[in-house]
Amino acid sequence: MLDLLLDPSFAASIPRFVTPILLAALGGALCERAGVFNIALEGFLLMGAFAAVLGSYFSGSPYVGALAAMLAGMALGLVFAEFNLRRGGDSIVVSIAINLLAAGLTTFLLRAIFDVTGAFSDAGIVGFGPVRLPLIEDIPFVGQILSGQSALFYVALLCVPLMHVFLARHRLGLRIRAAGENAEALRAGGVEPRRVQLVALLACGALCGLGGAQLSIANVNLFVENMSAGRGWIAVVAVLLTRGRPWPLFFIALLFGAVDSLSFRVQGLGLAQQFTDMMPYLATLIVLVALSWWRARRARGETR
Amino acid sequence: MMETGALNLRNVLPWLWTVLWIASIVLALLLFVGAPVGEALSGFWQGAFGGRRHAYLMATLSRSALIVGMAISVMLSFRAGLFNIGGEGQLVAGGLAAGLIAILLPGPPLVVLAAAIAGAMLAGAAWALLAGVLQLYMGVPLLVGSLLLNYPIRYIGSYLVAHPFRDVPSGMVQSYLVPQATWFAYFPGTRLDIGILFTLTATAFALVYSYGTLHGYHTRLNGLSADFARTVGLPVRRLTLQTLAISGAIAGLVGAIAVFGIHHRYIDGMLVQPLYAWTGIIAVLLVGMVPWAVPISGFFFAAVQTGAAGMERAAGVPKEIALVIQAVIILFVASRVSGALSSRAGRGDGDA
Repeated sequence: MLDLLLDPSFAASIPRFVTPILLAALGGALCERAGVFNIALEGFLLMGAFAAVLGSYFSGSPYVGALAAMLAGMALGLVFAEFNLRRGGDSIVVSIAINLLAAGLTTFLLRAIFDVTGAFSDAGIVGFGPVRLPLIEDIPFVGQILSGQSALFYVALLCVPLMHVFLARHRLGLRIRAAGENAEALRAGGVEPRRVQLVALLACGALCGLGGAQLSIANVNLFVENMSAGRGWIAVVAVLLTRGRPWPLFFIALLFGAVDSLSFRVQGLGLAQQFTDMMPYLATLIVLVALSWWRARRARGETR
Repeated sequence: MMETGALNLRNVLPWLWTVLWIASIVLALLLFVGAPVGEALSGFWQGAFGGRRHAYLMATLSRSALIVGMAISVMLSFRAGLFNIGGEGQLVAGGLAAGLIAILLPGPPLVVLAAAIAGAMLAGAAWALLAGVLQLYMGVPLLVGSLLLNYPIRYIGSYLVAHPFRDVPSGMVQSYLVPQATWFAYFPGTRLDIGILFTLTATAFALVYSYGTLHGYHTRLNGLSADFARTVGLPVRRLTLQTLAISGAIAGLVGAIAVFGIHHRYIDGMLVQPLYAWTGIIAVLLVGMVPWAVPISGFFFAAVQTGAAGMERAAGVPKEIALVIQAVIILFVASRVSGALSSRAGRGDGDA
């Protein structure tokens, strides 16, 4: 087991699994901080994965695929905003509907556009290749993790400090936090909170879209029905656990991604695939329980 | 933004707009796939309610047996303020238990059937209780806890019918057939199995429970305001666990109906892929959790799904359009009826 964890090819596979969860969770964090309870990340991811394949297939460029994924995610963000912010629909109801909408639209369009069911793979889908970082790739072990990943991984990585600074210092970041913490004060300051929340939802859609692109045109070059497979929900958990703070979020996503990657790895060790498949969800539950116990203990310590 | 209850033109008009919006989105999708609209619509009607000797109407009823059952299960939780979105896991636990018990237990068919149904209900209840225990004693919000539990049971089921109990000669990932003597009978002259009677029983129970029992009233109070319920001395934790157990048992029962009425075995994905549980959830949300309306709403969504299959046969429209239609309906309607649902869900500060 230990030599497996220290195996550089295992470590090198972690970013593939971290990237979609991290991007989706960062998007979710923006919503959380803006006071939008968005648990439709699963649908956003799935839509992004599909749009990425669509864009890449018709343009031959993964970058167009990623752009299409961002636009698709933003479109769902807009739908969320329309029904939750403007029409006042309950956020959980809207989220559940959007998750279903994404599941339905992707399978519907899969048949309508590509005339296949289940999965679409084609040589015309051009994926993101590995990006080699000179110098860094020569560092033993660490170099193998940091170098040779998809461009989207580096985007995700950059987004963490950027979002931290953005929320702490930038005027819009401040407004996003104000919309979440004290919408009345924001309104009194002449800014309509729902506008700020719309921006957060659009950004969330774009980030989730990129996460979906990592699933479909970086990890593999194909789209499979429901290929987000619960990762959006794991991202939701990450957001809830960290209350949308970027750095803690990064480490939680790292943890979940590592478990995801580990479960993929141990399939080779004779454990039935079904048991490795359930590891990410069990790990997520265990982390939830552990953190809540830790918080409860600390809270008891403070009151004494 | 708030709607008032009185019925006048000012209240009817937005609903007209809603219907128009939904209709135009469906129309746009039909035009997008280049389907002949007239044939598609008549195919929809035929697929949902028509067929020779109403064969398709029977298919709709058969599907409603599952969807209404799941809706009833979810409704009891939601009305108690419990965001149990793990119906899928409870359904799978029930279906799996039903299938395995019927295969493994020797004995007279009726005894086996009764044991399998009881086992399915217990399994569903246990899976729901697990989510409840996670919330009450381990601080995992029910919303995410119940959802995350959907996945392990799905894979456990998949493992059991892929390895120990696999019907290998069939070449599929599925269990052996349950003994034929345990299969639900069909209503005379139809292809509709008697599973729907179980759903009707569960529905009757849920209606009586919601409208006519003190326990149902207490859980409803708990759902409207947990603080109030606690203040007046209701055993909030016990109510929570009991409600989840009832919800889970009904979901497990639905799993048994699918096994004995429709598939006659446990097939990997048979309860997950058609999204019965999620359809049940939106059926409840469509009518704002009003108990008597839930069965109607469940039947409506079953008709949307079989109607879409009819559209596929008649006009080549991918039947997956059903999901899109359902989602669009919920988006437009829920924003009018849902109101205060998520005030206490998900934030993790429920009871723990």
